[in-house]
Amino acid sequence: MRKGDWLERAWRGLLYGLMTLFVVNIGLMIAAVATNSFARRWLGTWLPEGWTVNWYASAWKEFQLGDILIVTVEVVFAVVFLALLIGVPAAYTLARRDFVGKKLLMLVFLLPLMVPPITYGIPMATVLYQVHLAGTIWGVILANLIPAAPFVILVMTPFIEQIDPNLESAARVFGASTGRMFLHVLVPLLAPGILAASLLVLVRTIAMFELTFLTAGADSQTLVVALYYAVFAAGVRAPQSVDAMAMVYMTVTLIWLLIALRFVNPTQLVSRVKEHPQPA
Amino acid sequence: MTSVAAGGSLAPRAPFDRTLLLVVPAALFMLLLFIYPFIYGLILSFEPPKGDWLDNYRKFFTTDNLWPTIWTTLKLALPATIVNVGLALPIAFMMRAKSRYQRWVTTILVVPITLGTVLIAEGMLTYFGPKGWLSQLLQFTHLYDGPIRLTHNYWGVLISLIISGFPFAFLLILSYITGIDPVLARAAATLGAGPREQFRHIYLPLLAPGLAMCFCLSFVQAYSVFPSAVLLGAPAGPTRVISIAAYEAAFEQYDYSLASAIAMIMGFVQLVIVAAVLGLRSALYRGPVAGGKG
Repeated sequence: MRKGDWLERAWRGLLYGLMTLFVVNIGLMIAAVATNSFARRWLGTWLPEGWTVNWYASAWKEFQLGDILIVTVEVVFAVVFLALLIGVPAAYTLARRDFVGKKLLMLVFLLPLMVPPITYGIPMATVLYQVHLAGTIWGVILANLIPAAPFVILVMTPFIEQIDPNLESAARVFGASTGRMFLHVLVPLLAPGILAASLLVLVRTIAMFELTFLTAGADSQTLVVALYYAVFAAGVRAPQSVDAMAMVYMTVTLIWLLIALRFVNPTQLVSRVKEHPQPA
Repeated sequence: MTSVAAGGSLAPRAPFDRTLLLVVPAALFMLLLFIYPFIYGLILSFEPPKGDWLDNYRKFFTTDNLWPTIWTTLKLALPATIVNVGLALPIAFMMRAKSRYQRWVTTILVVPITLGTVLIAEGMLTYFGPKGWLSQLLQFTHLYDGPIRLTHNYWGVLISLIISGFPFAFLLILSYITGIDPVLARAAATLGAGPREQFRHIYLPLLAPGLAMCFCLSFVQAYSVFPSAVLLGAPAGPTRVISIAAYEAAFEQYDYSLASAIAMIMGFVQLVIVAAVLGLRSALYRGPVAGGKG
């Protein structure tokens, strides 16, 4: 027993150690970006020789961050709004009704969350270029909707299943149409679910690189794509300026992440595939 | 696949249920922007600008900077996935009890996922670079005195895949583990099972479907690595992964036909690995082990 105890403790210590190492390195990585973005000159010493905030001003001008931020906001909010608009009604039907081809339809909604964006993004971008939508902000919005709308459906379905169908029947008895029933009964009851879904979609869309990258034109880049191009062309620009831009991106993302985490569980950001107990 | 949209709108013969119409916009959208492009890409891949219908695929498997990308990608994706899932499983098991610590760790780990691969690449260039803090620390403590090259090569991309992939695998496995009723483990404990026996005889069989799923999702993510392979790797050589080849064909040579063929091959290789993992899982664990909450 004694020996087993000791082994157990060593094993736990090793795991905690690895975990701490991982988290500490992530923290230092972020701190390095932050330090560099405020550094006057930083070459091979522990800390920079002097501090400045000028890199933010130059990054703002160089990368036209104002325009990029506006595009990002437009894209993200359009994606959230449209994903809710088509996702919530679809989730309602999938939660309440049984129909021919429902399994197949569910599979279609699951696939974009399991196939990586770059695999389906290339054929999708090809089609969007043919109809002259790629390169515009609408192309970017449509591309981002492909993972967003199914994600809303997956998040919303359990919320809808929780609601007592009698409430809907009662609204129907009093003569409410589907539209009014939605507006006056379901939407208020679903508010927590809708909030969670929109925050999750929002955070994921800000960070969605591949689909935006494949469909964005010069004036429809979002922040993350602009950051990619900045890092890609790092040789021609001061690294501090790129890091200042990275800080802007990080701040935007983390603010929304913090807001989202007040309403959702961190695991909800990744566990998009809920395993249902299936009969063996 | 057209039957999908039709299934939504045709409905049973009896009085038409108009609720079914609510699924039509979403179904139509997926049909137009997900299913149609896929089929279009598949057909396009068999219609090269010149040569017969298999020309793109022949070209892929005979060109020296195309077919090796499959191995290049697998050499990155498989080790990264094994490390990520292999580390995430014991750590998630250790933290299965709900606690404030668990909440903190999950919150911290969700940060690298949210920031995304582009920011991780920029952070690594600054932190792991030849003049970054890490190499300074290693040289300062004389742990390793040689020149440290962790960016612009294979290792940089592998590390970035672990930084973005490990939190993902951890959170996914944690959500599966916390879905398992702890009463089962407690029952085993009253019969004298220690943590290790509980893990082997209770958690592992119940986790098998989730683990297979987690392995597949982690692998697929690592396999489609793009931004970090360009920014942190050597995209002309050792980290020329298959998604770079597809991107170059589409947006640098404007050969959409070849690009579609590469995307199809990429999807096919992923499918083979996923099928192998799921097949392995059902070969190893048979019987009534599905479903966590009993």
